[in-house]
Amino acid sequence: MKRWFLSGWGTVLAALLGLALLISLPFFASAYTLLQATLYAILSLYTLSLAYIWGYGGIMCFGQAAFFGAGAYTFAVAAINLGDTTLPLLLAVVISALFAAALGYFMFYGRLTDVYMGIVTLLTTLICSQVMSQTAGPNFTIGRVMLGGFNGIPSVPSINFPGHPDSNLDVDQFFQLTTGIVIVAYGLLKLLQRSAFGRITIAVRENESRAALLGYDVRRHKLIVFSIGGGIAGMAGAFFASNQLFIDPNVFNLAMAAQCVIWVMLGGVGTLIGPIVACCGLQFLTTWLSGANIANNSFVLGVVLMIIVLLLPSGLAPASLSTLERLSRRASARVHEADGA
Amino acid sequence: MSGLLRTRGLTVAFGGVTALDRVDFQIGEGELRCIIGPNGAGKSTFFKCITGQVAPLRGEIEFDGQSVLGFDTHQVARRGIGIKMQVPQLFDGLDVWENVWLAARVNHDNQTSNKIATRVVERANIASLARRRAGYLAHGQRQLVEFAMVLAGEPKLILLDEPAAGMTADESGRMADMIREVNRTAAVIVIEHDMQFVRRIAGTITVFNQGSILIEDRAEVVLGDRIVRQIYLGKQGKTFDA
Amino acid sequence: MDYAAVILIQVLSAAAVLVLVSSGLAIIFGMMRIINIAHGEFLMLGAYAFLVAVRSGANIWFAMFVVAPLVVGTFGVIVERLLIRFLYGRIVDSLLATWGLSLFLSGGITMAFGNAMEGIPTPFGALSIGRFSTSWYTVFIIAVAMLLLVTIALVLKFTRLGLVARGSMQNPSMAASLGISPSVTYAATFGTGAALAGLAGAILAPVTGVGPNIGSGFIAKSFITVVGGGASIVTGTGLAAAFFGTINQLVSFWQTSVWGDAATLIAALIMLRVLPRGITGRFFQGAI
Repeated sequence: MKRWFLSGWGTVLAALLGLALLISLPFFASAYTLLQATLYAILSLYTLSLAYIWGYGGIMCFGQAAFFGAGAYTFAVAAINLGDTTLPLLLAVVISALFAAALGYFMFYGRLTDVYMGIVTLLTTLICSQVMSQTAGPNFTIGRVMLGGFNGIPSVPSINFPGHPDSNLDVDQFFQLTTGIVIVAYGLLKLLQRSAFGRITIAVRENESRAALLGYDVRRHKLIVFSIGGGIAGMAGAFFASNQLFIDPNVFNLAMAAQCVIWVMLGGVGTLIGPIVACCGLQFLTTWLSGANIANNSFVLGVVLMIIVLLLPSGLAPASLSTLERLSRRASARVHEADGA
Repeated sequence: MSGLLRTRGLTVAFGGVTALDRVDFQIGEGELRCIIGPNGAGKSTFFKCITGQVAPLRGEIEFDGQSVLGFDTHQVARRGIGIKMQVPQLFDGLDVWENVWLAARVNHDNQTSNKIATRVVERANIASLARRRAGYLAHGQRQLVEFAMVLAGEPKLILLDEPAAGMTADESGRMADMIREVNRTAAVIVIEHDMQFVRRIAGTITVFNQGSILIEDRAEVVLGDRIVRQIYLGKQGKTFDA
Repeated sequence: MDYAAVILIQVLSAAAVLVLVSSGLAIIFGMMRIINIAHGEFLMLGAYAFLVAVRSGANIWFAMFVVAPLVVGTFGVIVERLLIRFLYGRIVDSLLATWGLSLFLSGGITMAFGNAMEGIPTPFGALSIGRFSTSWYTVFIIAVAMLLLVTIALVLKFTRLGLVARGSMQNPSMAASLGISPSVTYAATFGTGAALAGLAGAILAPVTGVGPNIGSGFIAKSFITVVGGGASIVTGTGLAAAFFGTINQLVSFWQTSVWGDAATLIAALIMLRVLPRGITGRFFQGAI
């Protein structure tokens, strides 16, 4: 009881803070700051998707970038073809979710263990990156849009008001839209977690065989959780493409996939808010560093990571300690099991 | 009284070891059966086979008139078989009440599951633990919680793998009473090593040895059998004279 | 006929490259269950060590076979002592930490040497086979890879070190009972894996060029070779390299080389589904 109560208040507080930011920031921040903040919001949504499937669902996915990128490309292609951005946004979510469902089916019904699942998902995003890099030339066209290979798709439209393709959201409004979506997604995921579905999700994560022995179809459940995560990542990808006004296969690359995993691990596997904080924090750090030219981004990021792992093995959120440890122990036990060692 | 659960020629082998060797087993509705046997005799493997966790090499398994061979674990569970494992398997991150609730939720909606969970938690005498995190309980308590979870699923057949292990005399006394009570609505198969416990509950005993059934008969007959005494005296140095 | 010979050489060289880049990882993952995300960067370090040595006047073969492995191997031991040894059994943490290490290395080298790609001319010259020409260096790479596999196999099978290594794979506390401190074993193993990576990086440097980000090109392929190969270091890596190398080359011939890479990744995906424990998880179990 107490636990639910506490986490309930924490959620409300976080949502209220987000709302406050949403309302107030456009008043005193410069356009540049708002643009940065919008990027943070988009990446937070991306992080949220992995934080959900990994922290709540226990599914270790190193290739969340695949769904992020799928959403981005779907949006780009659809928006340029259709002119209005409303349907493409929905399409991005649906296609990414379906992609996740397909990959999930491959993995969960194939009885892959934790660590190998991480590898398979990573391979998937790398494959997407390779394949999309090959789509240069006029053969690779969907409707009016050439996929563009390495060079990607230019002139991706900004989000417009639904039904009014000529009136785009301005910087303030786009910031508010993306931040609003993050808050809504966060709230909905928290609500979902308190429902029967959410309890089953926890059960499947904690002890899959027990859940099956009770009668729950754990593979189907993980598939649904995974697809939800894929859809959310897809939406983030769509916003990302629209924000950049451009999309290329780099959205699928190792760095994009790695960042997401790093944010979740840093923020704490098992919470939703921790990874969002870590995401914004690290983004801020790397932007500041590249601006101030103090040291190479990667270098500093690398040092930060190594220090955090050595000193704060549970990430920034203490609640995640047991989950991370259990996942670690289970993963290493499975790897040993898998080789009959 | 027809056979609720029947196996025919059930054989399980891994890596050259035959864990179960052509086991023909039968239990009827409402029956209470104990399975005993030395370590490695195949008892737990037998349970795992029934619940679909281990795939047999050969043989048939029939439950409630239908073959369940090759069924997924969750499908077997839904047909009405509940199992409590040797090492208690709980959802450590949830509290006791939630664990039991999840067991009930498989077959019922939220509201009904609430009622069932509360009722079962009372019956299993763990009401005082209801809001404790399952991960923080002592072994004996975990056994009780898992037992409650099995009950909440309202199964037709209950498999209990060493339900009294690690329990105090008091706790195992209560467990024996609960088993007999539960037997009024479900068939129960109990694997046990504790002969005191077996005496308290058993009707018929099946003895497993080296993957097959050695003897199956009423408790008094089995516990007095010379060969059974030998395999137990030889391997565990226990006697049955309590 | 000459066409067939050239194709054969290309396939063998693709496999050989995979063997070279994966053997270090195979040893580390196979024996310590550590997933070293920085493995690609160890290769990159080997390439740089080689470059610097050659530019400083060292003999090219000395730089390749002595300097590079020594430098990266030593670095590996240092990394093991300072970072890896706190992470045994913590798979998720070791992933994050080695990721950090990978970023640290690629960033650090960029700061020290800049972003530009350097080249080293390929030793030897062209090799003509009928109407086609390939290079003697390609043959060299194939030879080295084969020699490497044989050497590792011999060491594992016939030396005391190899016995300890194989025993440690089965049971980590065994090393202790043989009178060798486990921490020495771990440091030595990680160092050896790193040294092999350094060697591979140096050997491939003339082919790939030397730059701070070449590591990322290696990491995916070495991972799928190791994971696809399964528990046996030599047999597994060898077979997986042969398999993926063949697929890569055949598809590359048919399409372009990037499709070849994509096909390799897809093949790995399918293989993991069909053989979740790698090739030697199912076939040739217990081989070296």
